[in-house]
Amino acid sequence: MRVAGKGLLDRSRSVPFRFDGVRYAGLEGDTLASALLANGVKLVGRSFKYHRPRGILTAGSEEPNALVTIGRGGRRAPNTRATVQEIYEGLEARSQNAWPSLKYDLLGLNDLAAPFLGAGFYYKTFMWPKAFWEKLYEPAIRRAAGLGALSGVPDADRYERAYAFCDLLVIGAGPAGLMAALVAGRAGADVILADEEARMGGRLLAETHTIEGRPGHEWAAEVLDELAAMENVRLMARTTVAGAYDQGTFAALERVGHHRARAEGLPLECFWRIVAKRSVLAAGALERPVAFPDNDRPGIMTAGAVRAYLNRWGVSPGRAVSVFANNDDAHRTARDLVRAGVDVVAVIDSREDAPGSDLFEVHRGAQVVGSVGRLALEAITLRSPAGEARVDTDCLAMSGGWNPSVHLSCHMNARPVWRDDIAAFVPTPGAVPGMIAAGACNGTFATLACLREGAGAARGALEALGMTAPKVDLPAAEEEACRIAPLWAVAGKGRAWLDFQNDVTVKDVKQAAAENYRSVEHMKRYTTQGMATDQGKSSNVSALAVLADATGRAIPETGTTTFRPPYSPIAIAALGAGGQGKGFAPERFTTSHRASVERGAPMIEAGLWYRPGYFPAPGEKTWRQSCDREVSMVREAVGVCDVSTLGKIDIQGPDAGEFLDFVYSNTFSTLKVGRVRYGLMLREDGTVMDDGTTARLGDTHYLMTTTTAAAGEVMRHLDFVSQGLRPELDVRFTSVTEQWAQFAVAGPKSRDLLNGLLDDPLADGDWPFMACGPVKVLGAEGRLFRISFSGEHAYELAVPARFGDSLFRALVARAEGVGGGAYGMEALNVLRIEKGLITHAEIHGRVTAFDAGMGRMVSAKKDCIGKTLSQRPGLLDPERERLVGLKPVGAVKLITAGGHLFEKDAAPVRENDQGYVTSAAYSPTLGHMVALGFLRRGPERRGEVVKMVDHLRGVETLCEVVDPVFFDPKGGRVRG
Amino acid sequence: MAELVAKSPCDGVLPLEIGSVAAREEDLGVITALLPYRAQGAALSERLKAAHGMAFPSPNRATGKAGARAIWAGREQALLLGPAPDPGLADHAALSDQSDAWTAVRLEGEAAEAVLARLVPVDLRGSVFKRGHTVRSQVAHMAGSVTRVGERAFLILVFRSMAATLVHDLKTAMEAVAARG
Amino acid sequence: MRITCPLCGDRDRREFYYKGAAVALDRPEPDAGAEAWDEYVFLRDNPAGETRDLWYHADGCGAWLEVRRDTVTHAVLEARLAAEAAR
Repeated sequence: MRVAGKGLLDRSRSVPFRFDGVRYAGLEGDTLASALLANGVKLVGRSFKYHRPRGILTAGSEEPNALVTIGRGGRRAPNTRATVQEIYEGLEARSQNAWPSLKYDLLGLNDLAAPFLGAGFYYKTFMWPKAFWEKLYEPAIRRAAGLGALSGVPDADRYERAYAFCDLLVIGAGPAGLMAALVAGRAGADVILADEEARMGGRLLAETHTIEGRPGHEWAAEVLDELAAMENVRLMARTTVAGAYDQGTFAALERVGHHRARAEGLPLECFWRIVAKRSVLAAGALERPVAFPDNDRPGIMTAGAVRAYLNRWGVSPGRAVSVFANNDDAHRTARDLVRAGVDVVAVIDSREDAPGSDLFEVHRGAQVVGSVGRLALEAITLRSPAGEARVDTDCLAMSGGWNPSVHLSCHMNARPVWRDDIAAFVPTPGAVPGMIAAGACNGTFATLACLREGAGAARGALEALGMTAPKVDLPAAEEEACRIAPLWAVAGKGRAWLDFQNDVTVKDVKQAAAENYRSVEHMKRYTTQGMATDQGKSSNVSALAVLADATGRAIPETGTTTFRPPYSPIAIAALGAGGQGKGFAPERFTTSHRASVERGAPMIEAGLWYRPGYFPAPGEKTWRQSCDREVSMVREAVGVCDVSTLGKIDIQGPDAGEFLDFVYSNTFSTLKVGRVRYGLMLREDGTVMDDGTTARLGDTHYLMTTTTAAAGEVMRHLDFVSQGLRPELDVRFTSVTEQWAQFAVAGPKSRDLLNGLLDDPLADGDWPFMACGPVKVLGAEGRLFRISFSGEHAYELAVPARFGDSLFRALVARAEGVGGGAYGMEALNVLRIEKGLITHAEIHGRVTAFDAGMGRMVSAKKDCIGKTLSQRPGLLDPERERLVGLKPVGAVKLITAGGHLFEKDAAPVRENDQGYVTSAAYSPTLGHMVALGFLRRGPERRGEVVKMVDHLRGVETLCEVVDPVFFDPKGGRVRG
Repeated sequence: MAELVAKSPCDGVLPLEIGSVAAREEDLGVITALLPYRAQGAALSERLKAAHGMAFPSPNRATGKAGARAIWAGREQALLLGPAPDPGLADHAALSDQSDAWTAVRLEGEAAEAVLARLVPVDLRGSVFKRGHTVRSQVAHMAGSVTRVGERAFLILVFRSMAATLVHDLKTAMEAVAARG
Repeated sequence: MRITCPLCGDRDRREFYYKGAAVALDRPEPDAGAEAWDEYVFLRDNPAGETRDLWYHADGCGAWLEVRRDTVTHAVLEARLAAEAAR
């Protein structure tokens, strides 16, 4: 219910929203949780395993119970914490894990089966009969498991990622964080202050503490005004710093659009990578529940949360409130409630020496041992030295103490340190290099001490940054007492909950210990405590304490499990922001792309490039029809193909020749100017890394080409050789792949075609095979290379890329005029297979020059990368699998790449494997399929019939081993 | 005989104006990669100054001005933007014509820094990245170059073939920034 | 992880390509013998502690760097140009 005169919200701003189909009204600034409590709604969910009715437990992001689904369809967000979701007009929220309704949930029957569903029951049941696991048990468990459900449709929201840099990252904007940001900001440091909440101020918004005689939230607002005006300070609200990583890198998740109706173009979330030279962890602390029997009913909440709802949101979660605690802090809840006019029916403190109060009676040395009320709390059972009594209450504010939020300090493999005086863990200093913890997260709870530690942390950071700290006076503030006596579990009849989200009880932890799962890592996995989406924020320490007790150890000895990023859940969509659709990878388009698409060519991905597969002519219905036609067209007339994607590297310098001799297996320093040579590039282990042609354009000027796929790898390799292995060589190189648009013009009519375009036509005898040089084409400065990948008389013509589109269109138009045209990747591949030319299908990483029949290309006269190891006897063994051609000779005409080769009559099993097929295609030139592959002693077995078996596709073909150059083996066509 | 028609890398996909930020294609004229030979760095710089009016830039710096600029583009290399390179430069360096190899976009506006914060993992704020500063880094998932050429203006370079990707990524970032108001 | 490139400054490791141990800079003579080459190409130490790696600033300046770092503490101790690494 709303309490008059309390809260920081503007009561005039009403906001309508829906929960489970029912319309409610809240106030601007309400979370879904505070608005529901204001409307008297207590039941918000059903627990994971037992489907017990649950209510709101906390007021923050650690909430384990109130998980709801927001929105519909592609914008549906399951497992949203009602304590984090801000309401806005039109918000639709639905409870989870109950059917047909929250009130009448069928699976509530699970609760009756509780004795059979204890810790580790997964491992003990569903074992028999064995066949039932896959058919019955697993599907049933899947349906029942989980809390929220995914929509099943693509996410309609957009997400973004961004980078930020600063001198000092202050994590948390409570009193400690505000002071740290203020001191550092005034010193002129570049500061980012981040807080997971929409409104900064931390606990100052939830408490009635005063600072400098004013309410703490007013002091906070003033500081924030000053910080907002500083150019060197960035305030990031609604931003959870979720992970601490090496070298000052932090991950942060900003909730940009969750608090409002969707807006066009506005990302829902932003994933930040923040690089900070120094950091201050001021993340505060989270309150512990108390594990007493039936401590999970709707209406049982943490005491600090009750205060927050009262003081910040002006809501009392009940009309007759009781308090149960083991520490002084919780008494403030009773005090604040009484002063606000809310009835406090009992304050129960487990300590014999608990402080008294003028405002209410304190039951000392007493405990709550049970509760009543199925869908909402009705009463608790109080046990005191005087005996047991029933207390009617609709809201119990419990507190087992506070856990400093050490999580980020442990993200780099450090463990926190136990402090007996506060019965809690605190960060280990230096656990994250450059990070200083301050305030409640450091085990310091009194307001003045928090302010002091925050200022001190900033001063430490400034000193490390080499900056001068300004003089900043500490404001006057309270130094509250914070005494506590540990109370980890209350004995009594009934289950006492530790992990609310995964439904893990004290009994489960004790059972784990009894079954010898004594290490905290085992207990965690056996019971699933701490493994829910809240990562055990409200249960880790208590469960550890119960385990320690059950195994007769002290808490520090029992240890903690590791904290890992993210601090609170992050949607995968945020982590992958910008990576969907076209954002997945860059798309690289050639200059002929548009023209190809206009002609209906389907585009194939070749790495990041898009290349045309084929150019369908009118009437052609299959790719084969087009491909066959294009192959014949090249062999009989002329074809034009865009080959711009191959890597092109411009190499210059006095030592360019020597450099090439070192990276290639063969020799290039002897290449004449105006000539091109095919080269093999090896890895140091002697295998072939890449192949290509290199042209000599001048005495100290070469142009290297690489395959499309290996362009980047070769560039990197050349850089490594030049910088790391041969720094004395005077040679410079740079990529010119993008500078030149390059087109293959191939076929008997290629020269005629070119002569129609070149400013200076080629005479017969000019430009022999493997010649190269500058030309002018239709007014543009270009280069011409007489090289061939098709085995026909062919050229490659290069122009500056700005002319690529224009040249391609001109070439194709003219080609079509003489019975030729454009050809794509499919035909390109068939043509080269017909000529036994290898690609990375053959150069697959384990193949050597010797295997490919090019052993003589490894010069005996010089060292080169890969030379020594390529000469290992094992790599020159004739028994190795070596390049062959294959053609079908039996009834089956199909050869498939990937098929393996066996002797004709051998069983096609691994022991008899003799090789494999790497490339296969139908050859329209020869009228049958042709293939390339590697076969033991291949070249010596020409004429032999072997058996190809493709076990995957179920193909078995008899093949004759032949010369890999199927067509025009003497090469007369290419040299003509 | 007909002549070949030239097309620019961003033909058809720019300009773009969203919120306070505009992205326009820049025609940088002749672009030449300058790669000094061993021990020729100083001599090259002298020749460059004499011929084109600017020294060879230090790492992460640009020299010259609009129309004749040299930007540092990597280990011992710079890009000369604008004039045709003086032939004498070839005495001291490998020269490579890059006029067609790059997509050049000028990003300008009040929120240009915020847009780049979504794309470039380097601090480009005015306090640390001033006029005449340049970086080789990533632009979204592409290797590229970013130079501050004005108080609120940046020159972005990525490979020619990735023009469409650059524009797509800029547009996405510009929309996201503009939507925050 | 961040590496301070001597030319470009402090950068995220995603701008770099990792090659392996810096011993790759100690290429043996062609006639150094099978053992030396086997070690050079195939054998590597796997230290828990300080290591020297080779990283290529692929999306940056294109420099090869020798980086000294600690595989246990994750500290990146030093990065220098491979071309200058004394051999």
